[in-house]
Amino acid sequence: MKRANWQELLWVAIIVVLAAFWPMLANGYWLGIGVDMMMYIALATSWVLFSGPTHYISLASAAFFGVGGFIVGTGMSDYEASFWSMLALSAVVGGALAALIGLATLRLSGVYFVIFTLGLAEMIRNLVSWIQNNFLGSRGLYVLTDFTDKHLYWMLLVTAAAVYLLGWIISRSRLGFALRIIGGDETVARHVGINTAMAKVILFTSTGFFGAIVGAIIAPRWSYIEPNQVFSPQLSFFVVIMALLGGSGRLWGPIVGVVPFLLIWNWVDANFPHQSILVLGLAFLVIVYFLPHGFVGRIDQLRARARGRS
Amino acid sequence: MLDILVSGLLLSGTYALVAMGLNLQYGVARIMNLANGEVLVLGALASFWLYTTSQISPILTVILVIPISFIGNYLIYRFLLTPLVRRSKTQGALEVDSILATFGMSFIFIGIMVSIEGGFFFYKYLSEPIQILGSTTSLNRLVAFLIAVLIGAGLYLWLNLSRPGIAVRAVSVSTEASGLVGINVPRISALAFALGGTITAVGGALISTFITLDASIGVVFTLKALIIVIMGGVGEIRGAIVAAVILGIVETAVATLIDPGLTLASAYFIFILILLFRPQGLFGRRAV
Repeated sequence: MKRANWQELLWVAIIVVLAAFWPMLANGYWLGIGVDMMMYIALATSWVLFSGPTHYISLASAAFFGVGGFIVGTGMSDYEASFWSMLALSAVVGGALAALIGLATLRLSGVYFVIFTLGLAEMIRNLVSWIQNNFLGSRGLYVLTDFTDKHLYWMLLVTAAAVYLLGWIISRSRLGFALRIIGGDETVARHVGINTAMAKVILFTSTGFFGAIVGAIIAPRWSYIEPNQVFSPQLSFFVVIMALLGGSGRLWGPIVGVVPFLLIWNWVDANFPHQSILVLGLAFLVIVYFLPHGFVGRIDQLRARARGRS
Repeated sequence: MLDILVSGLLLSGTYALVAMGLNLQYGVARIMNLANGEVLVLGALASFWLYTTSQISPILTVILVIPISFIGNYLIYRFLLTPLVRRSKTQGALEVDSILATFGMSFIFIGIMVSIEGGFFFYKYLSEPIQILGSTTSLNRLVAFLIAVLIGAGLYLWLNLSRPGIAVRAVSVSTEASGLVGINVPRISALAFALGGTITAVGGALISTFITLDASIGVVFTLKALIIVIMGGVGEIRGAIVAAVILGIVETAVATLIDPGLTLASAYFIFILILLFRPQGLFGRRAV
Protein backbone atom coordinates (compact mmCIF):
# COMPACT_ATOMS: atom_id res chain seq x y z
CA MET A 1 0.00 0.00 0.00
CA LYS A 2 2.70 2.43 1.01
CA ARG A 3 4.88 1.63 -1.97
CA ALA A 4 1.99 2.16 -4.35
CA ASN A 5 1.50 5.58 -2.80
CA TRP A 6 5.08 6.60 -3.50
CA GLN A 7 4.81 5.18 -6.98
CA GLU A 8 1.72 7.30 -7.65
CA LEU A 9 3.52 10.40 -6.41
CA LEU A 10 6.43 9.65 -8.72
CA TRP A 11 4.15 9.27 -11.72
CA VAL A 12 2.41 12.54 -10.98
CA ALA A 13 5.79 14.26 -10.57
CA ILE A 14 6.86 13.00 -14.00
CA ILE A 15 3.59 14.24 -15.52
CA VAL A 16 4.08 17.67 -13.89
CA VAL A 17 7.61 17.96 -15.29
CA LEU A 18 6.46 16.95 -18.76
CA ALA A 19 3.50 19.31 -18.58
CA ALA A 20 5.87 22.18 -17.78
CA PHE A 21 7.25 21.94 -21.33
CA TRP A 22 3.88 22.50 -22.98
CA PRO A 23 4.32 26.27 -23.48
CA MET A 24 7.54 25.56 -25.43
CA LEU A 25 5.66 23.35 -27.86
CA ALA A 26 2.38 25.15 -28.22
CA ASN A 27 1.33 28.72 -28.61
CA GLY A 28 -1.77 30.69 -29.42
CA TYR A 29 -4.86 28.50 -29.46
CA TRP A 30 -3.32 25.38 -27.97
CA LEU A 31 -1.54 27.27 -25.23
CA GLY A 32 -4.88 28.87 -24.38
CA ILE A 33 -6.42 25.43 -24.08
CA GLY A 34 -3.49 24.41 -21.92
CA VAL A 35 -4.25 27.31 -19.55
CA ASP A 36 -7.91 26.27 -19.42
CA MET A 37 -6.93 22.71 -18.69
CA MET A 38 -4.51 23.64 -15.93
CA MET A 39 -7.11 25.92 -14.41
CA TYR A 40 -9.70 23.16 -14.32
CA ILE A 41 -7.20 20.54 -13.17
CA ALA A 42 -6.26 22.73 -10.22
CA LEU A 43 -9.92 23.47 -9.40
CA ALA A 44 -11.12 19.90 -9.88
CA THR A 45 -8.26 18.43 -7.84
CA SER A 46 -9.02 20.79 -4.97
CA TRP A 47 -12.68 19.81 -5.35
CA VAL A 48 -11.79 16.12 -5.08
CA LEU A 49 -9.68 16.90 -2.03
CA PHE A 50 -12.88 17.69 -0.16
CA SER A 51 -15.66 15.93 -2.02
CA GLY A 52 -13.81 12.74 -2.82
CA PRO A 53 -13.63 11.36 0.70
CA THR A 54 -16.73 13.08 2.13
CA HIS A 55 -19.11 12.62 -0.88
CA TYR A 56 -20.41 16.15 -0.33
CA ILE A 57 -21.06 17.88 -3.64
CA SER A 58 -19.67 21.38 -3.45
CA LEU A 59 -20.90 23.94 -5.96
CA ALA A 60 -18.92 26.74 -4.41
CA SER A 61 -15.97 26.67 -6.85
CA ALA A 62 -17.30 29.61 -8.83
CA ALA A 63 -17.73 31.65 -5.66
CA PHE A 64 -14.11 31.17 -4.53
CA PHE A 65 -12.81 31.60 -8.05
CA GLY A 66 -14.79 34.83 -8.39
CA VAL A 67 -13.63 36.13 -5.03
CA GLY A 68 -10.01 35.59 -6.10
CA GLY A 69 -10.46 37.33 -9.43
CA PHE A 70 -12.41 40.16 -7.93
CA ILE A 71 -9.91 40.86 -5.15
CA VAL A 72 -7.06 41.00 -7.64
CA GLY A 73 -9.13 43.30 -9.84
CA THR A 74 -10.18 45.66 -7.07
CA GLY A 75 -6.75 45.75 -5.45
CA MET A 76 -4.81 46.40 -8.63
CA SER A 77 -7.27 48.78 -10.23
CA ASP A 78 -8.53 50.85 -7.29
CA TYR A 79 -5.69 50.64 -4.77
CA GLU A 80 -2.67 50.10 -7.02
CA ALA A 81 -1.61 47.06 -5.06
CA SER A 82 0.81 44.52 -6.52
CA PHE A 83 -0.43 41.32 -8.08
CA TRP A 84 1.40 39.11 -5.59
CA SER A 85 0.05 40.77 -2.48
CA MET A 86 -3.47 40.53 -3.90
CA LEU A 87 -2.88 36.86 -4.73
CA ALA A 88 -1.96 36.24 -1.11
CA LEU A 89 -4.94 38.24 0.12
CA SER A 90 -7.39 36.38 -2.09
CA ALA A 91 -6.08 33.04 -0.86
CA VAL A 92 -6.66 34.13 2.73
CA VAL A 93 -10.12 35.52 1.99
CA GLY A 94 -11.09 32.43 -0.01
CA GLY A 95 -9.99 30.18 2.83
CA ALA A 96 -11.75 32.28 5.44
CA LEU A 97 -14.96 32.36 3.41
CA ALA A 98 -14.87 28.59 3.02
CA ALA A 99 -14.23 28.14 6.73
CA LEU A 100 -17.26 30.29 7.59
CA ILE A 101 -19.50 28.45 5.14
CA GLY A 102 -18.18 25.17 6.45
CA LEU A 103 -18.84 26.11 10.06
CA ALA A 104 -22.41 27.13 9.23
CA THR A 105 -23.36 24.16 7.06
CA LEU A 106 -21.04 21.20 7.52
CA ARG A 107 -22.24 20.42 11.03
CA LEU A 108 -25.60 19.49 9.46
CA SER A 109 -26.61 17.00 6.82
CA GLY A 110 -24.95 17.13 3.42
CA VAL A 111 -28.05 18.38 1.64
CA TYR A 112 -27.91 21.73 3.41
CA PHE A 113 -24.36 22.15 2.25
CA VAL A 114 -25.21 21.46 -1.40
CA ILE A 115 -28.15 23.85 -1.31
CA PHE A 116 -26.07 26.53 0.31
CA THR A 117 -23.31 26.31 -2.26
CA LEU A 118 -25.79 26.10 -5.15
CA GLY A 119 -26.62 29.80 -5.19
CA LEU A 120 -23.53 31.07 -3.45
CA ALA A 121 -21.73 32.44 -6.50
CA GLU A 122 -24.88 34.18 -7.69
CA MET A 123 -25.51 35.66 -4.25
CA ILE A 124 -21.95 36.98 -3.92
CA ARG A 125 -22.19 38.40 -7.42
CA ASN A 126 -25.36 40.28 -6.45
CA LEU A 127 -23.72 41.58 -3.30
CA VAL A 128 -20.56 42.66 -5.10
CA SER A 129 -22.49 44.43 -7.87
CA TRP A 130 -24.56 46.20 -5.26
CA ILE A 131 -21.51 47.34 -3.30
CA GLN A 132 -19.83 48.50 -6.49
CA ASN A 133 -22.86 50.41 -7.72
CA ASN A 134 -23.56 52.12 -4.43
CA PHE A 135 -20.23 52.64 -2.75
CA LEU A 136 -17.36 52.23 -5.17
CA GLY A 137 -18.82 53.84 -8.24
CA SER A 138 -16.95 51.94 -10.92
CA ARG A 139 -18.25 48.78 -12.47
CA GLY A 140 -15.33 47.41 -14.40
CA LEU A 141 -11.82 46.77 -13.11
CA TYR A 142 -8.57 46.68 -15.01
CA VAL A 143 -5.88 44.12 -14.33
CA LEU A 144 -2.78 45.06 -16.27
CA THR A 145 0.31 42.89 -15.86
CA ASP A 146 3.20 41.69 -17.98
CA PHE A 147 2.04 38.09 -17.69
CA THR A 148 1.31 36.17 -20.85
CA ASP A 149 -0.53 32.85 -21.17
CA LYS A 150 2.80 31.11 -20.70
CA HIS A 151 3.29 32.54 -17.20
CA LEU A 152 -0.29 31.89 -16.19
CA TYR A 153 0.09 28.31 -17.34
CA TRP A 154 3.14 27.76 -15.17
CA MET A 155 1.57 29.40 -12.16
CA LEU A 156 -1.50 27.21 -12.53
CA LEU A 157 0.67 24.14 -12.94
CA VAL A 158 2.45 24.94 -9.70
CA THR A 159 -0.91 25.47 -7.98
CA ALA A 160 -2.26 22.17 -9.29
CA ALA A 161 0.88 20.36 -8.18
CA ALA A 162 0.63 21.98 -4.75
CA VAL A 163 -2.99 20.89 -4.42
CA TYR A 164 -2.05 17.36 -5.35
CA LEU A 165 0.86 17.28 -2.94
CA LEU A 166 -1.31 18.59 -0.11
CA GLY A 167 -3.91 15.95 -0.89
CA TRP A 168 -1.25 13.28 -0.98
CA ILE A 169 0.09 14.34 2.41
CA ILE A 170 -3.41 14.51 3.88
CA SER A 171 -4.29 11.07 2.60
CA ARG A 172 -1.34 9.65 4.54
CA SER A 173 -2.11 11.58 7.71
CA ARG A 174 -4.49 11.00 10.60
CA LEU A 175 -6.84 13.55 9.03
CA GLY A 176 -6.98 11.55 5.80
CA PHE A 177 -7.74 8.39 7.71
CA ALA A 178 -10.51 10.15 9.59
CA LEU A 179 -11.97 11.44 6.33
CA ARG A 180 -12.05 7.98 4.81
CA ILE A 181 -14.04 6.76 7.80
CA ILE A 182 -16.41 9.72 7.50
CA GLY A 183 -16.92 8.91 3.82
CA GLY A 184 -17.61 5.29 4.67
CA ASP A 185 -20.09 5.96 7.44
CA GLU A 186 -20.37 9.24 9.24
CA THR A 187 -22.21 7.80 12.24
CA VAL A 188 -19.44 5.27 12.80
CA ALA A 189 -16.87 8.03 12.50
CA ARG A 190 -18.64 10.06 15.16
CA HIS A 191 -18.87 7.05 17.46
CA VAL A 192 -15.17 6.29 17.32
CA GLY A 193 -14.53 9.83 18.48
CA ILE A 194 -13.71 11.70 15.27
CA ASN A 195 -14.65 15.35 15.24
CA THR A 196 -16.36 14.98 11.86
CA ALA A 197 -17.41 18.61 11.49
CA MET A 198 -13.89 19.87 12.14
CA ALA A 199 -12.28 17.47 9.67
CA LYS A 200 -14.72 18.54 6.96
CA VAL A 201 -14.30 22.24 7.69
CA ILE A 202 -10.49 21.97 7.44
CA LEU A 203 -10.70 20.25 4.09
CA PHE A 204 -13.29 22.63 2.72
CA THR A 205 -11.13 25.56 3.80
CA SER A 206 -8.32 24.25 1.64
CA THR A 207 -10.73 24.03 -1.30
CA GLY A 208 -11.69 27.67 -0.85
CA PHE A 209 -8.06 28.67 -0.45
CA PHE A 210 -6.99 27.10 -3.74
CA GLY A 211 -10.15 28.12 -5.59
CA ALA A 212 -9.43 31.76 -4.81
CA ILE A 213 -5.78 31.37 -5.84
CA VAL A 214 -6.81 29.98 -9.23
CA GLY A 215 -9.27 32.83 -9.70
CA ALA A 216 -6.57 35.34 -8.83
CA ILE A 217 -4.10 33.82 -11.27
CA ILE A 218 -6.62 33.83 -14.10
CA ALA A 219 -7.53 37.50 -13.52
CA PRO A 220 -4.66 38.98 -15.60
CA ARG A 221 -5.86 36.95 -18.57
CA TRP A 222 -9.04 38.99 -18.84
CA SER A 223 -7.42 42.39 -18.15
CA TYR A 224 -10.94 43.83 -17.74
CA ILE A 225 -13.01 42.35 -14.93
CA GLU A 226 -16.74 42.55 -14.30
CA PRO A 227 -18.64 40.73 -11.54
CA ASN A 228 -20.86 39.01 -14.10
CA GLN A 229 -17.83 37.49 -15.71
CA VAL A 230 -15.86 36.20 -12.73
CA PHE A 231 -18.85 34.82 -10.82
CA SER A 232 -20.16 32.61 -13.59
CA PRO A 233 -22.12 29.77 -11.89
CA GLN A 234 -21.36 27.52 -14.84
CA LEU A 235 -17.79 27.14 -13.63
CA SER A 236 -18.93 25.24 -10.54
CA PHE A 237 -20.80 22.74 -12.67
CA PHE A 238 -17.84 22.31 -14.98
CA VAL A 239 -15.60 21.52 -12.06
CA VAL A 240 -18.05 18.96 -10.67
CA ILE A 241 -18.52 17.27 -14.04
CA MET A 242 -14.82 17.05 -14.80
CA ALA A 243 -13.95 15.78 -11.36
CA LEU A 244 -16.69 13.15 -11.41
CA LEU A 245 -15.98 12.15 -14.99
CA GLY A 246 -12.41 11.43 -14.02
CA GLY A 247 -13.49 9.84 -10.78
CA SER A 248 -13.45 11.37 -7.34
CA GLY A 249 -12.02 8.26 -5.72
CA ARG A 250 -8.46 9.19 -6.61
CA LEU A 251 -6.63 12.47 -6.43
CA TRP A 252 -5.33 12.13 -9.97
CA GLY A 253 -8.82 11.37 -11.25
CA PRO A 254 -9.52 14.94 -12.41
CA ILE A 255 -6.61 14.83 -14.84
CA VAL A 256 -8.27 12.07 -16.86
CA GLY A 257 -11.60 13.90 -16.63
CA VAL A 258 -10.53 17.44 -17.51
CA VAL A 259 -8.55 16.69 -20.66
CA PRO A 260 -11.19 14.76 -22.66
CA PHE A 261 -14.08 16.86 -21.39
CA LEU A 262 -12.49 20.17 -22.34
CA LEU A 263 -11.56 18.92 -25.79
CA ILE A 264 -15.10 17.66 -26.43
CA TRP A 265 -16.57 20.79 -24.93
CA ASN A 266 -14.52 23.11 -27.13
CA TRP A 267 -15.57 21.16 -30.17
CA VAL A 268 -19.25 21.26 -29.20
CA ASP A 269 -19.06 24.94 -28.34
CA ALA A 270 -17.47 25.78 -31.67
CA ASN A 271 -19.84 23.71 -33.78
CA PHE A 272 -23.14 23.74 -31.88
CA PRO A 273 -23.02 26.80 -29.62
CA HIS A 274 -26.76 26.74 -28.92
CA GLN A 275 -26.84 23.13 -27.86
CA SER A 276 -23.86 23.33 -25.52
CA ILE A 277 -25.98 23.47 -22.37
CA LEU A 278 -27.82 20.35 -23.48
CA VAL A 279 -24.49 18.58 -23.72
CA LEU A 280 -23.66 19.70 -20.19
CA GLY A 281 -26.92 18.12 -19.00
CA LEU A 282 -26.29 14.91 -20.89
CA ALA A 283 -22.79 14.72 -19.40
CA PHE A 284 -24.29 14.72 -15.90
CA LEU A 285 -26.72 11.96 -16.82
CA VAL A 286 -23.98 9.87 -18.44
CA ILE A 287 -21.91 10.11 -15.27
CA VAL A 288 -24.78 9.17 -12.97
CA TYR A 289 -26.07 6.26 -15.04
CA PHE A 290 -23.02 4.87 -16.79
CA LEU A 291 -19.88 6.08 -15.01
CA PRO A 292 -20.78 6.32 -11.33
CA HIS A 293 -17.11 6.09 -10.36
CA GLY A 294 -15.72 7.94 -13.35
CA PHE A 295 -12.95 6.84 -15.66
CA VAL A 296 -10.82 5.92 -12.68
CA GLY A 297 -13.48 3.48 -11.52
CA ARG A 298 -13.58 1.95 -14.99
CA ILE A 299 -9.79 1.65 -15.10
CA ASP A 300 -9.73 -0.05 -11.70
CA GLN A 301 -12.46 -2.40 -12.85
CA LEU A 302 -10.56 -3.37 -15.99
CA ARG A 303 -7.37 -3.81 -14.01
CA ALA A 304 -9.09 -6.09 -11.52
CA ARG A 305 -10.53 -8.11 -14.38
CA ALA A 306 -7.13 -8.42 -16.09
CA ARG A 307 -5.58 -9.54 -12.83
CA GLY A 308 -8.34 -12.09 -12.34
CA ARG A 309 -7.69 -13.58 -15.76
CA SER A 310 -3.91 -13.91 -15.53
CA MET B 1 -44.92 49.73 4.95
CA LEU B 2 -48.38 48.46 4.13
CA ASP B 3 -47.35 48.21 0.49
CA ILE B 4 -44.57 45.84 1.47
CA LEU B 5 -46.89 43.67 3.54
CA VAL B 6 -49.52 43.43 0.82
CA SER B 7 -47.23 42.67 -2.08
CA GLY B 8 -45.04 40.41 0.04
CA LEU B 9 -48.09 38.46 1.10
CA LEU B 10 -49.35 38.19 -2.48
CA LEU B 11 -45.93 36.97 -3.62
CA SER B 12 -45.75 34.39 -0.84
CA GLY B 13 -48.89 32.65 -2.12
CA THR B 14 -47.13 31.32 -5.18
CA TYR B 15 -43.93 30.70 -3.20
CA ALA B 16 -45.87 28.54 -0.77
CA LEU B 17 -47.40 26.60 -3.64
CA VAL B 18 -44.02 25.92 -5.23
CA ALA B 19 -42.53 24.92 -1.88
CA MET B 20 -45.41 22.47 -1.34
CA GLY B 21 -44.48 20.87 -4.64
CA LEU B 22 -40.86 20.50 -3.62
CA ASN B 23 -41.92 19.24 -0.21
CA LEU B 24 -43.83 16.40 -1.85
CA GLN B 25 -40.82 15.50 -3.95
CA TYR B 26 -38.24 15.69 -1.19
CA GLY B 27 -40.31 14.88 1.87
CA VAL B 28 -42.24 11.96 0.40
CA ALA B 29 -40.43 10.67 -2.68
CA ARG B 30 -37.04 11.41 -1.01
CA ILE B 31 -35.70 12.94 -4.22
CA MET B 32 -33.70 16.13 -3.83
CA ASN B 33 -34.94 17.65 -7.07
CA LEU B 34 -32.65 20.45 -8.19
CA ALA B 35 -34.49 20.68 -11.50
CA ASN B 36 -37.51 21.95 -9.60
CA GLY B 37 -36.91 25.56 -10.64
CA GLU B 38 -36.61 24.56 -14.28
CA VAL B 39 -39.95 22.76 -14.10
CA LEU B 40 -41.35 26.02 -12.75
CA VAL B 41 -39.85 27.97 -15.64
CA LEU B 42 -41.26 25.39 -18.07
CA GLY B 43 -44.71 26.18 -16.70
CA ALA B 44 -43.95 29.88 -17.12
CA LEU B 45 -42.77 29.31 -20.68
CA ALA B 46 -45.97 27.42 -21.50
CA SER B 47 -48.14 30.29 -20.34
CA PHE B 48 -45.96 32.91 -22.05
CA TRP B 49 -45.88 30.98 -25.30
CA LEU B 50 -49.58 30.19 -25.43
CA TYR B 51 -50.48 33.75 -24.53
CA THR B 52 -48.24 35.44 -27.09
CA THR B 53 -48.90 33.04 -29.95
CA SER B 54 -52.58 32.26 -29.54
CA GLN B 55 -53.90 34.61 -26.81
CA ILE B 56 -54.76 31.73 -24.49
CA SER B 57 -55.30 33.09 -20.99
CA PRO B 58 -52.72 31.94 -18.42
CA ILE B 59 -55.53 30.67 -16.22
CA LEU B 60 -56.57 28.29 -18.98
CA THR B 61 -52.90 27.35 -19.39
CA VAL B 62 -52.81 26.32 -15.75
CA ILE B 63 -55.52 23.76 -16.48
CA LEU B 64 -53.62 22.55 -19.55
CA VAL B 65 -50.34 22.36 -17.64
CA ILE B 66 -51.75 20.04 -14.97
CA PRO B 67 -52.12 16.80 -16.98
CA ILE B 68 -49.01 17.40 -19.11
CA SER B 69 -46.66 18.06 -16.23
CA PHE B 70 -48.18 15.25 -14.18
CA ILE B 71 -47.46 12.72 -16.91
CA GLY B 72 -44.05 14.22 -17.63
CA ASN B 73 -42.94 14.14 -14.01
CA TYR B 74 -44.36 10.65 -13.53
CA LEU B 75 -42.32 9.39 -16.49
CA ILE B 76 -39.17 11.10 -15.15
CA TYR B 77 -39.62 9.40 -11.79
CA ARG B 78 -40.51 6.04 -13.27
CA PHE B 79 -37.71 5.78 -15.83
CA LEU B 80 -34.91 8.04 -14.64
CA LEU B 81 -35.15 8.16 -10.87
CA THR B 82 -36.49 4.72 -9.93
CA PRO B 83 -33.22 3.02 -11.04
CA LEU B 84 -31.35 5.36 -8.70
CA VAL B 85 -33.72 4.60 -5.82
CA ARG B 86 -33.20 0.85 -6.38
CA ARG B 87 -29.43 1.16 -6.76
CA SER B 88 -28.70 3.25 -3.69
CA LYS B 89 -28.02 1.51 -0.43
CA THR B 90 -28.38 4.52 1.84
CA GLN B 91 -30.33 7.74 1.89
CA GLY B 92 -27.05 9.63 1.50
CA ALA B 93 -26.10 7.78 -1.67
CA LEU B 94 -29.56 8.42 -3.11
CA GLU B 95 -29.21 12.11 -2.32
CA VAL B 96 -25.88 12.39 -4.16
CA ASP B 97 -27.22 10.47 -7.17
CA SER B 98 -30.49 12.34 -7.34
CA ILE B 99 -28.73 15.69 -7.01
CA LEU B 100 -26.45 14.89 -9.93
CA ALA B 101 -29.20 13.39 -12.08
CA THR B 102 -31.56 16.29 -11.52
CA PHE B 103 -28.73 18.71 -12.30
CA GLY B 104 -28.39 16.98 -15.63
CA MET B 105 -32.12 17.27 -16.20
CA SER B 106 -32.12 20.94 -15.26
CA PHE B 107 -29.49 21.68 -17.91
CA ILE B 108 -31.41 19.69 -20.49
CA PHE B 109 -34.56 21.65 -19.65
CA ILE B 110 -32.67 24.93 -19.95
CA GLY B 111 -31.27 23.83 -23.31
CA ILE B 112 -34.74 22.99 -24.59
CA MET B 113 -36.22 26.24 -23.31
CA VAL B 114 -33.45 28.38 -24.78
CA SER B 115 -34.09 26.83 -28.16
CA ILE B 116 -37.79 27.77 -27.86
CA GLU B 117 -37.36 31.27 -26.43
CA GLY B 118 -33.93 32.71 -25.75
CA GLY B 119 -35.08 36.07 -24.41
CA PHE B 120 -37.30 37.18 -21.57
CA PHE B 121 -40.78 35.71 -21.21
CA PHE B 122 -42.42 39.10 -21.28
CA TYR B 123 -46.15 39.55 -21.68
CA LYS B 124 -48.89 41.63 -20.16
CA TYR B 125 -51.89 39.95 -18.62
CA LEU B 126 -54.34 41.58 -16.21
CA SER B 127 -51.78 44.21 -15.37
CA GLU B 128 -54.24 46.98 -14.48
CA PRO B 129 -53.70 48.50 -11.03
CA ILE B 130 -56.06 47.73 -8.18
CA GLN B 131 -56.38 48.92 -4.59
CA ILE B 132 -56.13 46.55 -1.62
CA LEU B 133 -56.30 48.04 1.88
CA GLY B 134 -55.25 51.37 0.48
CA SER B 135 -52.12 50.08 -1.25
CA THR B 136 -51.82 49.79 -4.99
CA THR B 137 -50.92 46.53 -6.64
CA SER B 138 -51.76 44.84 -9.93
CA LEU B 139 -54.67 42.56 -10.60
CA ASN B 140 -52.51 39.68 -11.88
CA ARG B 141 -50.76 39.38 -8.51
CA LEU B 142 -54.07 39.08 -6.72
CA VAL B 143 -55.42 36.53 -9.22
CA ALA B 144 -52.24 34.43 -8.98
CA PHE B 145 -52.43 34.56 -5.19
CA LEU B 146 -56.07 33.48 -5.12
CA ILE B 147 -55.46 30.55 -7.49
CA ALA B 148 -52.41 29.51 -5.47
CA VAL B 149 -54.44 29.59 -2.25
CA LEU B 150 -57.20 27.59 -3.89
CA ILE B 151 -54.84 24.89 -5.12
CA GLY B 152 -52.89 24.85 -1.88
CA ALA B 153 -56.07 24.46 0.18
CA GLY B 154 -57.25 21.68 -2.11
CA LEU B 155 -53.94 19.87 -1.69
CA TYR B 156 -54.05 20.30 2.07
CA LEU B 157 -57.55 18.83 2.29
CA TRP B 158 -56.61 15.99 -0.04
CA LEU B 159 -53.57 15.13 2.08
CA ASN B 160 -55.57 15.16 5.29
CA LEU B 161 -58.90 13.65 4.30
CA SER B 162 -58.46 11.28 1.37
CA ARG B 163 -57.07 7.76 1.58
CA PRO B 164 -54.19 8.24 -0.92
CA GLY B 165 -53.44 11.57 0.75
CA ILE B 166 -53.01 9.88 4.11
CA ALA B 167 -50.81 7.23 2.46
CA VAL B 168 -48.64 10.03 1.08
CA ARG B 169 -48.24 11.50 4.54
CA ALA B 170 -47.46 8.10 6.00
CA VAL B 171 -44.64 7.59 3.49
CA SER B 172 -43.27 11.00 4.38
CA VAL B 173 -43.01 9.89 8.02
CA SER B 174 -41.35 6.56 7.35
CA THR B 175 -40.91 4.56 4.17
CA GLU B 176 -40.20 1.31 6.04
CA ALA B 177 -43.18 1.52 8.36
CA SER B 178 -45.53 2.46 5.51
CA GLY B 179 -44.37 -0.57 3.57
CA LEU B 180 -45.12 -2.74 6.59
CA VAL B 181 -48.71 -1.53 6.90
CA GLY B 182 -49.41 -2.37 3.28
CA ILE B 183 -48.81 0.91 1.48
CA ASN B 184 -47.35 0.53 -1.99
CA VAL B 185 -44.38 2.81 -1.34
CA PRO B 186 -42.96 2.98 -4.90
CA ARG B 187 -46.40 3.88 -6.25
CA ILE B 188 -47.07 6.53 -3.64
CA SER B 189 -43.57 7.97 -4.15
CA ALA B 190 -44.16 8.22 -7.89
CA LEU B 191 -47.53 9.84 -7.26
CA ALA B 192 -46.01 12.34 -4.84
CA PHE B 193 -43.17 13.18 -7.21
CA ALA B 194 -45.52 13.69 -10.16
CA LEU B 195 -47.92 15.73 -8.05
CA GLY B 196 -45.08 17.86 -6.70
CA GLY B 197 -43.82 18.57 -10.21
CA THR B 198 -47.33 19.45 -11.37
CA ILE B 199 -47.82 21.93 -8.56
CA THR B 200 -44.44 23.49 -9.30
CA ALA B 201 -45.27 23.92 -12.99
CA VAL B 202 -48.64 25.48 -12.11
CA GLY B 203 -46.82 27.84 -9.76
CA GLY B 204 -44.53 28.79 -12.64
CA ALA B 205 -47.46 29.54 -14.94
CA LEU B 206 -48.92 31.79 -12.23
CA ILE B 207 -45.66 33.57 -11.40
CA SER B 208 -45.06 34.37 -15.06
CA THR B 209 -48.11 36.62 -15.09
CA PHE B 210 -46.43 39.15 -12.78
CA ILE B 211 -42.68 38.42 -12.85
CA THR B 212 -40.75 38.34 -16.12
CA LEU B 213 -38.68 35.17 -16.27
CA ASP B 214 -36.11 33.76 -18.66
CA ALA B 215 -34.85 30.27 -19.40
CA SER B 216 -31.91 30.37 -17.01
CA ILE B 217 -33.62 31.79 -13.92
CA GLY B 218 -34.78 28.40 -12.61
CA VAL B 219 -31.98 27.90 -10.13
CA VAL B 220 -33.03 30.98 -8.17
CA PHE B 221 -36.49 29.50 -7.69
CA THR B 222 -35.07 26.10 -6.79
CA LEU B 223 -33.05 27.82 -4.12
CA LYS B 224 -35.97 29.82 -2.75
CA ALA B 225 -38.21 26.76 -2.65
CA LEU B 226 -35.49 24.80 -0.85
CA ILE B 227 -34.97 27.56 1.67
CA ILE B 228 -38.72 27.68 2.33
CA VAL B 229 -38.90 23.92 2.75
CA ILE B 230 -35.96 23.87 5.15
CA MET B 231 -37.24 26.89 7.05
CA GLY B 232 -40.66 25.30 7.46
CA GLY B 233 -39.30 21.86 8.25
CA VAL B 234 -39.15 19.04 5.68
CA GLY B 235 -42.57 17.44 5.19
CA GLU B 236 -44.42 20.21 7.06
CA ILE B 237 -47.07 21.83 4.86
CA ARG B 238 -48.07 24.43 7.45
CA GLY B 239 -44.44 25.24 8.13
CA ALA B 240 -43.87 25.81 4.43
CA ILE B 241 -46.76 28.27 4.28
CA VAL B 242 -45.45 30.32 7.22
CA ALA B 243 -41.92 30.20 5.79
CA ALA B 244 -43.17 31.34 2.38
CA VAL B 245 -44.91 34.32 3.96
CA ILE B 246 -41.73 35.25 5.84
CA LEU B 247 -39.57 34.96 2.74
CA GLY B 248 -42.08 36.83 0.56
CA ILE B 249 -42.31 39.75 2.95
CA VAL B 250 -38.58 39.94 3.73
CA GLU B 251 -37.74 39.83 0.04
CA THR B 252 -40.24 42.53 -0.84
CA ALA B 253 -38.97 44.67 2.03
CA VAL B 254 -35.35 44.34 0.93
CA ALA B 255 -36.27 44.99 -2.69
CA THR B 256 -38.21 48.17 -1.94
CA LEU B 257 -36.13 49.56 0.92
CA ILE B 258 -32.59 48.68 -0.17
CA ASP B 259 -32.13 47.29 -3.68
CA PRO B 260 -34.04 44.84 -5.91
CA GLY B 261 -30.73 43.15 -6.75
CA LEU B 262 -30.40 41.87 -3.20
CA THR B 263 -33.43 39.58 -2.97
CA LEU B 264 -31.29 36.46 -3.26
CA ALA B 265 -28.90 37.78 -0.64
CA SER B 266 -31.83 38.33 1.73
CA ALA B 267 -33.01 34.77 1.14
CA TYR B 268 -29.51 33.60 2.00
CA PHE B 269 -29.50 35.68 5.12
CA ILE B 270 -32.66 33.93 6.33
CA PHE B 271 -31.14 30.60 5.36
CA ILE B 272 -28.03 31.23 7.45
CA LEU B 273 -30.12 32.20 10.46
CA ILE B 274 -32.14 29.01 10.12
CA LEU B 275 -29.03 26.86 9.77
CA LEU B 276 -27.41 28.44 12.79
CA PHE B 277 -30.34 28.55 15.15
CA ARG B 278 -33.03 26.15 14.02
CA PRO B 279 -31.71 23.65 11.48
CA GLN B 280 -34.71 21.36 11.91
CA GLY B 281 -36.98 24.14 10.66
CA LEU B 282 -39.49 26.37 12.41
CA PHE B 283 -42.04 23.59 12.74
CA GLY B 284 -39.83 20.54 12.39
CA ARG B 285 -39.11 18.21 15.24
CA ARG B 286 -35.52 17.77 16.28
CA ALA B 287 -34.06 14.59 14.82
CA VAL B 288 -32.96 12.08 17.44
